[in-house]
Amino acid sequence: MKILSNIFNFYYDGFRSMTIGRTLWLIIGIKLFVIFAILRVFFFQPALHGSDEDKACQVRENLLKQ
Amino acid sequence: MNDILTAIDWSRAQFAMTAMYHWLFVPLTLGLGLVVAIMETIYARKKLNPSTPQSETEEWLDLTKFWMRLFGVNFAIGVATGIVLEFEFGTNWSNYSWFVGDIFGAPLAIEGIFAFFCESTFFAVMFFGWEKFSIRQHCAATWLTAFGASLSAWWILVANSWMQHPVGMDFDPAQMRNVMTSFVDVALSPTAVNKFFHVITSSWSLGACFVISVCGWYLLKGRHTQFAVKSIKVAGVVGLVGILGTMITGDSSAVQVTKDQPMKLAAMEGLYEGKQGADLVAFGILNPGKKWDNDQDAMLFEIKIPKGLSILGRHDPDAFIPGIKDIIEGRDMIDGQEINTVNYNERILRGRIAHKALRDYNQAREYKDSIGMDRATEKLARHYQFFGYGYLGKADEAIPPVAMTFYPFHIMVALGTWMLLFLIATVWIVFRRQEWTKYQIAGYPVYPWLAIITAPIAWVCSQCGWIVAELGRQPWAIQDIMPVQAAISSVGSGNVKLTFFIFLFLFTCLLLAEIGIMLKQIKNKK
Repeated sequence: MKILSNIFNFYYDGFRSMTIGRTLWLIIGIKLFVIFAILRVFFFQPALHGSDEDKACQVRENLLKQ
Repeated sequence: MNDILTAIDWSRAQFAMTAMYHWLFVPLTLGLGLVVAIMETIYARKKLNPSTPQSETEEWLDLTKFWMRLFGVNFAIGVATGIVLEFEFGTNWSNYSWFVGDIFGAPLAIEGIFAFFCESTFFAVMFFGWEKFSIRQHCAATWLTAFGASLSAWWILVANSWMQHPVGMDFDPAQMRNVMTSFVDVALSPTAVNKFFHVITSSWSLGACFVISVCGWYLLKGRHTQFAVKSIKVAGVVGLVGILGTMITGDSSAVQVTKDQPMKLAAMEGLYEGKQGADLVAFGILNPGKKWDNDQDAMLFEIKIPKGLSILGRHDPDAFIPGIKDIIEGRDMIDGQEINTVNYNERILRGRIAHKALRDYNQAREYKDSIGMDRATEKLARHYQFFGYGYLGKADEAIPPVAMTFYPFHIMVALGTWMLLFLIATVWIVFRRQEWTKYQIAGYPVYPWLAIITAPIAWVCSQCGWIVAELGRQPWAIQDIMPVQAAISSVGSGNVKLTFFIFLFLFTCLLLAEIGIMLKQIKNKK
């Protein structure tokens, strides 16, 4: 428990004492939001669906129809 | 049909754009990480040596912290920009993603897990642990951060190298994917090892040129001169070692490309007709009207290094280097003996036989005919090495875009040569003369200006290297096995176009933010 508390305090103190890091964390936050909450959800859904066998069938069909 | 072609082109453009933006951040992380680790080691040695004057120890601490801050800025802005490439694999290149199976997935997963643990621990110690860890522990964390970043790059490059030279796998028609048969063959393939050291050493030289460039600005302004000189001493040595390593590994890369991807080498040199004792084009302008099967000259103008290409490709001044025409027609020559390689018409034929075998397997599977499945699998395995050629209509579809391979290759070599000369001069000046203002043109000191322009040169050089590596292997997503038109998903071009511009906007904003924050840090240094 003491170890966990030390680890938490280490990160907590580190983040609190950041200067330029706050701007960077803001940029990281916005970037991750755009990438994961917008692009991933609305534009980058996996093209293959179902079980592994279903996916294999879809790829087989795609590769052999060309 | 047009929409599919448009979707292929936009998907390629999107992948190229996101990869190139990602590659703006990565080499600086790799190079600057090493520079910072060396600086901190020097600081630690001085700190632990009681006879070192306090002021000198503090100078090295200031140096380490300043470059570490810029390292942190670059890392923070660049982190996760590579994730979008994985999204693109899943959405735009789903046939490819499934087809490569765990061979591609395993290295990427290792990289993801490794990067997460390394970055969340050692990176945090590096930035938050100055007061909480001993100097030795802190220094070890900095080295481990630099080492971890390089090891992350290893796994990505293993995946990329497999696409350039697929090894250590068998194709399983039941799963429709390649199954890894030897992790060691995949992870330690000569292509992967060579590519790793080429990329890492070139990144060291890029990171070093960045440091020298910033210091050039300080020298020009007459600010922080001692800081700049000390930084340049470290960066100069790192850069010189890096660029020499890049040249050595570039040489072994050329030998590998000649052996495994001869079409890429021919495109890099605009070589249509092979010859013994082939010359290397030092400078040339390609003839746009030249095709592999017409008699026009390949070059409008050229300056050659006699026998240079034979030395580069086969380490023998009289060796035969096949041109595009020879490769298509299946000609090569080893040790003076003419040999027949498989010509491209035959490759296309064998690719189609492999496709037919896969169809037969599929049909036998539907009828639960195990003998038919075994027969089809055996036939498929016999022709699998040419599976991708079955998608090509004619031989010239297997030729990469020559101009887009030739020019970046020559720009890379020219800029790399510039970096070598500049870094030799830097080491000589910084360790021997230290007369920054001695060499002047029209009253302006030359060295600081050369230092400032060398950082963008290093980035252009690095980007050109990747352009050569990736465009030179077209049309293949996986060399000889899967062309890009088979790798693409059934996606509409509209969606890909839209996300292309979203990425362009997002990454441009990130780049501008990085440049803005870095410039502020550099200008406001106390």
